[in-house]
Amino acid sequence: MNAMQEFLSENILECQELVAGYELKAGFVRAVDGVSFSLRRGEFLGIAGESGCGKTTLAYAVMRLFRDNAKIRSGKILYSGKDIANASEEEVKNLRWEHISMVFQSAMNALNPVLPIGEQLTDAWLAHKHGDLREAKTRALEVLKLVDIPEDRYNAYPHQLSGGMKQRVMIAMALMLQPEIVIMDEPTTALDVVVQRTIIEKIQELRKELQFSVIFITHDLSLLVEISDQLAIMYAGKIVEYGPASEVFLSPYHPYTQGLMASFPSLSGPIARMGGIEGKPPDLIDPPPGCRFYPRCRNRHSGCDLSAPPLRQVKPGHYAACDGEYHG
Amino acid sequence: MQGVSKHFPIRSFRRFGEVVHAMDDVSFSLGKAEVLALVGESGSGKTTTASVIAQLYPITSGLIRLADPQAPDGFRSVSGKLSRKALLGYRKRVQMIFQDPFGSLNPTHTIEHILSRPYVIHDKVVYRRGEERRKTALKEQLHQLLRSVGLEPPQQYLDKFPHELSGGQRQRVNIARTFSIEPEIVLADEPTSMLDVSIRMSIMNMMLAFQEQKQVSFLYITHDLAGARYMAQRIVVMYAGMIMEIGTSDEVVQRAVHPYTKLLRSAAPAPEEGLKRNRLITQGDIPSLIHPPAGCRFHPRCPYAMAECSRLIPPLKEVEGGHWIRCYL
Repeated sequence: MNAMQEFLSENILECQELVAGYELKAGFVRAVDGVSFSLRRGEFLGIAGESGCGKTTLAYAVMRLFRDNAKIRSGKILYSGKDIANASEEEVKNLRWEHISMVFQSAMNALNPVLPIGEQLTDAWLAHKHGDLREAKTRALEVLKLVDIPEDRYNAYPHQLSGGMKQRVMIAMALMLQPEIVIMDEPTTALDVVVQRTIIEKIQELRKELQFSVIFITHDLSLLVEISDQLAIMYAGKIVEYGPASEVFLSPYHPYTQGLMASFPSLSGPIARMGGIEGKPPDLIDPPPGCRFYPRCRNRHSGCDLSAPPLRQVKPGHYAACDGEYHG
Repeated sequence: MQGVSKHFPIRSFRRFGEVVHAMDDVSFSLGKAEVLALVGESGSGKTTTASVIAQLYPITSGLIRLADPQAPDGFRSVSGKLSRKALLGYRKRVQMIFQDPFGSLNPTHTIEHILSRPYVIHDKVVYRRGEERRKTALKEQLHQLLRSVGLEPPQQYLDKFPHELSGGQRQRVNIARTFSIEPEIVLADEPTSMLDVSIRMSIMNMMLAFQEQKQVSFLYITHDLAGARYMAQRIVVMYAGMIMEIGTSDEVVQRAVHPYTKLLRSAAPAPEEGLKRNRLITQGDIPSLIHPPAGCRFHPRCPYAMAECSRLIPPLKEVEGGHWIRCYL
């Protein structure tokens, strides 16, 4: 292995047995319950799951963007030797945006409507004391150019931009300080298909150019399969399947993943009636003792409801939290 | 019955004094028990089309006709102003399912009240005599209705308020309400776009089951080409208020002719094909509908645009039996 390959295969972020959630009157909601994953340099990790499975909580935990009743209970988030989960607020502040930045869900609301976008872009630069306003503006124009927004939009207000442009401004903002990891939380959900496609292509292009890692969170599995290197499927706070995207797509192992795959009609081939998944996710304050998917699972058998199956390797690099007895 | 179908060429649509060309020269027919999908980006006029058919807005020009065995040629125009009674009769036959399951159920009423309204308004309660009997008959009908949309046991749902139900359950209530009076035409405006992926499929299958069972005609509006192919026999592709392509689902998806349909097709996620396929070849956004571009509405974004495309609106032409496009190519 030469030096470059070594550099690229190095884990840049490691999450170990993370438990995070929300303190409520009724109890602690274990929105993220024992999640472990690793992210390599330059890798595109897709995290998929339905609403309430904990994917956004996971993203916020990595950024430590918790407040009030949200807490990280236990576990570690290792970034270049530092444990984000237990770091001081001051340390986290230095990491945020400089090293790990985020593109938020619904660009429509994430931008401040009463400030021109230029001012919002330079904000992070100035807050992290990278230089004066003139340098900040130079950098802002640079990142705007990266996402194909003309210079004369620098002083535009968010309402003067289309949805796709706003989302691109959000991406530009995340790239201001040249982070190593960009977390994207449903960045294309509110957009039209054509606009979504252009944004995705832009992200891929920038990733090749700037070599940052991406954690991409969405419920749209069909999109994720196309663009990710690695894919993690979350259900009720846990990762139920993890592996190379093509592998997970072609031979999904966990019944939940299979159900998700069967929820997207395809554009080609014969039209077969598809199943989807009946029922709804469990209550995370008091989750069922066994496999959390047990009540909705087609292949359940006695025993699944008693103890939760751990993630195990089903093929090299491909993990699933199911005993797979239905495979025969 | 010779098969329900409607025609409506409509020319421009007025709003707030200024003219927004939300729909221009839109014509199509919907057959009895047919599922027709209307596909396009936001702002393409899909929802407007459903709304004018549902008589939520009057049309500016054109004709909407609904099959009527009593009329001399089998159709009656419903595009003019209808009397209250005629409108009620119309709504008994044409019902709409809305996109937002959170906004389309009145939060201050129980599910029982919400679902009994159509029966009361359209006088569909089957009973013999006496107020008590009428109430029991209505309740029995509501139970059956809830069971038919998979909300079981029904008595558990009747006393609930909409906020106590999940999005999927609410959409089931919406569908139950729509089908309660056994309409002939159902206009479904992106009924699954706000639902979670895992339950989308079951809602789609339920609508298909109803459609088959009751032989209802369905206008299914969506921006998802794959979903349209799954649901519909024919697909209408709209762009900036105009129809760009009409044909059977497989024709339109597999052998798209119009550049806009091709664009939609290449933008849709298709994991089985991977990212290696061709990049999108387009720029720009949907044009302003107040001053739509002259000629073909798609020409500013079209990679194949020719000189004549910016002068004249291309007419719909048939490329093969039943497959029409609005393009000079």
